[in-house]
Amino acid sequence: MDLKLDDHMKDGIRVVDVEGEIDVYTAPRLRELLIDLVNKGDYQLVVNMEKVEFLDSTGLGVLVGGLKRVRAHDGSLDLVCRQERILKIFRITGLTKVFGIHDTVEEAIKARKSEK
Amino acid sequence: MVELAFTPLPAHVRTARLVAVAVARRSGVPESLLDEVRLAVGEACSRAVEAHRQNCPAEPVKVELTDSGGRFEVVVTDSGHGAAPADDLAGPEMIPEGTAALSQAGAVPGASAAEAHNGLPAALGNGHGGLEDGFGLAVIAELADDVRISRTPAGISVCMSWPSSAR
Repeated sequence: MDLKLDDHMKDGIRVVDVEGEIDVYTAPRLRELLIDLVNKGDYQLVVNMEKVEFLDSTGLGVLVGGLKRVRAHDGSLDLVCRQERILKIFRITGLTKVFGIHDTVEEAIKARKSEK
Repeated sequence: MVELAFTPLPAHVRTARLVAVAVARRSGVPESLLDEVRLAVGEACSRAVEAHRQNCPAEPVKVELTDSGGRFEVVVTDSGHGAAPADDLAGPEMIPEGTAALSQAGAVPGASAAEAHNGLPAALGNGHGGLEDGFGLAVIAELADDVRISRTPAGISVCMSWPSSAR
């Protein structure tokens, strides 16, 4: 399964739907998309990882890189993920404390709106 | 034993992962551990590919998968000599400093204005959106049941193993 990327606006927040495997081969495409969005002025991002089947440290690096970029513009990057196998990787690397991780896109957007 | 050698291209890392999981399953590694095998082997191959690309792009990365004495063992050997910093040689007990910083990254990002990198721990990110060198090895150390990382004359060898029930 290759990586499939899609994005749309929802309540003023850019939602990026990721499907498939994020690894050393496919992660550069996600990185490019995130850079592209930030360059276009999208600083409020939600990355929906519900359909991600595999994530490695390269993928984590790209997400952290995206977070740094939006933070530079006082933006945000939240994640949506309920899969234990993916969440485990965030846990063992301590990144659960760096990212806001939510059960659904709606919850991620709600949490972001209420923070403002 | 199953032996695999592949050109150091990121696209082949997925193939190595698939082979590793297939052999692990056949060796009787419990289903609940296969995700760990997949990720750990992927991380080891990713760092080997990177080492080769920097130092010897023409040489293949080698992966050996063996099943004996109730253990499924994977050895990923690279020839990217000199590519690994000393920190990279961390075993489970000596996880790179970056990981310690990560686990202590409890502070809510942005909570401290003084914190560098927009509130992210310094270990996170090298400006290219990647994580510090050695991060993948730290992940392996958490995932494999037993890990040994050693320097060979040619490069680095990562040996990982999990329990299996040889049939």
